Amino acid sequence: MTGRRIRVRGQVQGVGFRPFVWALARRFGVSGEVSNDAEGVLVLAAGGDLDGFEAALSAESPVLARVDAVEGVPAEVVAEGFRIVASGGPGAETRVTPDAASCSDCVAEIFGSGRRAGYAFTNCTNCGPRYTILTGLPYDRAQTTMAGFVLCDACRRDYEDPADRRFHAQPVACPACGPRLWFEQDGGEVAGDSVALAAEVLARGEVLAVKGLGGFHLACDATDAEAVAALRARKRRPAKPFALMAPLVQVVRHAEVSEAERVLLQDPAAPIVLLETAGEALPEGLAPGQGRLGWMLPYTPLHHLLCAALGRPLVMTSGNVSGEPQVIGNTEARDKLAAIADGFLMHDRDIARRLDDSVERVTPQGPMVLRRARGRVPGTLPLPEDFPDRQVVAYGGQMKAAICLVKNGQALLGHHLGELDEALTWEAFLQADRDYAALFDHRPELVACDLHEGFRSTQHARSKGLPVTEVQHHHAHLAACLGEALWPRDGGPVAGIVLDGLGLGPDGTIWGGEVLLGDYASFERRAWLTPAPLIGGDRAQAEPWRNALVRLDAAGLGALADGLFPDAPRDMARQAARAGVNAPMSSSAGRLFDAVAAMLGLCPMRQSYEGEAAMRLEALAVAEPGHPGYDFGVVQGAKGLQLDPAEMVAALAADLAAGLSPGRIAWRFHAGLARAFAGVARGLVEQGEARAVALTGGCFQNALLLDLTVAALGDVPVLLHRRTPANDGGLALGQALVALAQMESR
Amino acid sequence: LAHGGGGRAMRDLIEEVFTGVFRPESGEDQARLSSDALQVPGARLAFTTDSYVVTPVEFPGGDIGKLAVCGTVNDLAVGGAQPLWLSASFIIEEGCEIALLHRIVASMAREAEAAGVKIVTGDTKVVEKGSCDTVFITTSGVGVIPPGRDLGAVHIRPGDVAIVNGVLGDHGATILAARGDLALSAPLQSDCQALGHLMAAVAGACPNLRAARDATRGGLASALNEMAEAANVSVELDEASLPLRPEVKGMCEILGLDPLYLANEGALVLFVPEAEADAALATMRALPSGRAAVIVGRATERGSVPVRMTSAFGGTRIVDMLVGEQLPRIC
Ligand SMILES: [Fe+3]
Ligand SMILES: [Mg+2]
Ligand SMILES: [Zn+2]
Ligand SMILES: [Zn+2]
Repeated sequence: MTGRRIRVRGQVQGVGFRPFVWALARRFGVSGEVSNDAEGVLVLAAGGDLDGFEAALSAESPVLARVDAVEGVPAEVVAEGFRIVASGGPGAETRVTPDAASCSDCVAEIFGSGRRAGYAFTNCTNCGPRYTILTGLPYDRAQTTMAGFVLCDACRRDYEDPADRRFHAQPVACPACGPRLWFEQDGGEVAGDSVALAAEVLARGEVLAVKGLGGFHLACDATDAEAVAALRARKRRPAKPFALMAPLVQVVRHAEVSEAERVLLQDPAAPIVLLETAGEALPEGLAPGQGRLGWMLPYTPLHHLLCAALGRPLVMTSGNVSGEPQVIGNTEARDKLAAIADGFLMHDRDIARRLDDSVERVTPQGPMVLRRARGRVPGTLPLPEDFPDRQVVAYGGQMKAAICLVKNGQALLGHHLGELDEALTWEAFLQADRDYAALFDHRPELVACDLHEGFRSTQHARSKGLPVTEVQHHHAHLAACLGEALWPRDGGPVAGIVLDGLGLGPDGTIWGGEVLLGDYASFERRAWLTPAPLIGGDRAQAEPWRNALVRLDAAGLGALADGLFPDAPRDMARQAARAGVNAPMSSSAGRLFDAVAAMLGLCPMRQSYEGEAAMRLEALAVAEPGHPGYDFGVVQGAKGLQLDPAEMVAALAADLAAGLSPGRIAWRFHAGLARAFAGVARGLVEQGEARAVALTGGCFQNALLLDLTVAALGDVPVLLHRRTPANDGGLALGQALVALAQMESR
Repeated sequence: LAHGGGGRAMRDLIEEVFTGVFRPESGEDQARLSSDALQVPGARLAFTTDSYVVTPVEFPGGDIGKLAVCGTVNDLAVGGAQPLWLSASFIIEEGCEIALLHRIVASMAREAEAAGVKIVTGDTKVVEKGSCDTVFITTSGVGVIPPGRDLGAVHIRPGDVAIVNGVLGDHGATILAARGDLALSAPLQSDCQALGHLMAAVAGACPNLRAARDATRGGLASALNEMAEAANVSVELDEASLPLRPEVKGMCEILGLDPLYLANEGALVLFVPEAEADAALATMRALPSGRAAVIVGRATERGSVPVRMTSAFGGTRIVDMLVGEQLPRIC
């Protein structure tokens, strides 16, 4: 009989899509079959309400699915009833989807009275572990760390019943057949209710190590200032903000939660969301000097049980030894965390892949990913129009390394790995390279990386024995922003405001505060911050006073620097700058933020974590909004426009002398920087040179800067990062797109 | 000083500055060396050459002449050879002060005497101003490796310990300070010294001494990377054990430099089996050039990278070869 052959593309495998189709078919009286293949899901359908059926495929798709396209064509279909065809056949690999937070049905079940009551490993097709338990492909139970747990009869019936929400949920389990939870202290298991025992540790103000989804966490009672201080001391983490976990009803007591923020918190990815502090106070030690705290909702049954048992918000910080990646193995945890944790909440479902918690925030311009990891990978992003169908792998940067693979018009931007000089992180990078290649069945013909040969990622790219495209750091940031905004390849030039830490320019100097005019294939540098020496190279990042010193000296305010930083080795620093000893010139915007923060007394001598000074500066400014921005000098040079901070620094010094509050000064700086760069970019659009403005680079994680820049741009079309980080975590996507674009235009 | 084509003025110069001090035994254009040392069956000759270029040519703790003698002596010594004879060849920039040359040559003679080597032949050329910077020196050296001694990085085995003879980075820091005209809070000196006697003593005390290398340009990091690659092992360094002078550490912090990459001119790293580590340390510490000898790490089975360093608070950092110029990377 004549029916339809319907192709469904997108994230449609491993998310309960086939049983969903099966249920729809029954509703619309359709017969036929559904199967997975290399391109997604294929439905053969005949009879019944075919139009209604086809429309419902995208309109009602399961929570974890993302339907990119539904394409129906007439076809002969011979069928009786509707059946689900097992996956198989060549190329019919079943993709794995990101891990997903416990669904409301499963949460109801663990707090209910059924056989999974209180069971910490309850999950279904709509939720549960995926990528973190994957050991091989295709994704089925035998290729996960659930392989050793043999389904009991009851669970097998759930697994095989298309009407059950556990139909083909690979990690399905129950207390009779699944993983086991226990509490450990001093190397030995303690008999009793393990969640209750763990909650007692927390209630006593002690530190608990909890085995989670993508790694171990270290937890303590977030309302207990002494516990927080003890955790800081033991972890040797003086000030970097701790992430918190609590059910939504508790979160709203301590934070301002907008509707968009609530949606993001409750997303199946369950990211850490930066929320403005409000309401009942929590200890200052959770995030010293910050107006926001990072919150996430419990996202596994274990988290739900633990949060319920304590009844107070938890600190949930990654379980690692300072500098190293999060531990994932039980033995490794006992070994490395024993000096920090007073007790361990352990289980015997192995973590196959380490994934940090994702970090996101909602700005007035919309949601924005800061760290892309658990819940977001291995999700893919569609490529913009007109890119050639070639396979490329890009290796990203050095500090927030992440790999990107491109194939079939999709980009797989891998998870946040961290700093590649750290030995275990480097091993994780090598493993991620192998893993993603296998997962994506990837055979790259081209490799992309940064220009900087000191990046380990660049050296790795060169070692692959394939043609290498080296991409200028900020061109890659620009391309990443264009790509995620789906700017077409031939969409015309865009003015990219790239405010960043730093990256090597083709001229051998260090860039980082630029307006680039270009597209995926090429760019020109049209404007930049007047360069200043980075005294001590990377040391300048750790010690904000160095950046303040060079900017004050350049503004003729050396005496002020002497007064502000009496204990700093200023003489030697100045000599090094003069003699050019490890003091390269740089137009970095990130270091200008550090400079201003140091002038205002925010961790001038040393930042205890990356971005501390800038984040504190943002927090200060947000608290005292609405003052006119400082002016930047504008110098037309032979090669482009220089935006000179000297004028701004002089005005700032005058404000300081006049006793203006640091918050107002911080605001004036943000507003001035936004206006200066927006002015240049807007000019390029108005003169017809650019079609839109893209905002990218690590500084645009700063929501205030982002907002002020967008405001200063007026009605000019603006492209922003949302699902990819504006920082170096998104770099690899841009590199891949530049490599593809250059390949095509060659 | 005027450059010439081998005329009268040149001969006077050579007479006055060089021959008077080095006193070659033959008046011919060649050195004639006794082969006695080679008469022992199984003994081998070692032969090396190196050119020395340094700005400034005189620096606290040494000068280019001392460097040229010690550097070549050390290249022989770390290979297990007893250094015996050197040649020295000078490229001198027109206008170079005679008094400076006198000082350099005297320094070479003094160092050679102390190291037990003879400078037996040499050459001088004067070039136009701007063709070189003050003075460049090339020294070649010949030594004898006693029978049965075979040092080489390929002999390093997992479990062997790495020992450094003394503080690291003094030379590099001194040169940098002198060049950049940096006002140091405490004066630094180059560690420039000959290591022949030290190597002879350790080789005597440790029959299974595996290999040694002088950690010159590129510092300890580069020497260890080369050795690990050659031996197909990894080396685990312990950051807390690294012998560093507080002044050097402080200067590195201010200038943002990594002392592991600073040049040394009197530091070596050697590998011995764990069982011989105590003997090596005791022997080294008994000599002035090994007083600060210390175990800095050990060889392990080959891992993902050649050299890693564990810090006091946990965390393990990869210690790479220096790639090009060190440019900042923190975005
Ligand atoms: Fe960057
Ligand atoms: Mg040599
Ligand atoms: Zn569920
Ligand atoms: Zn079961």
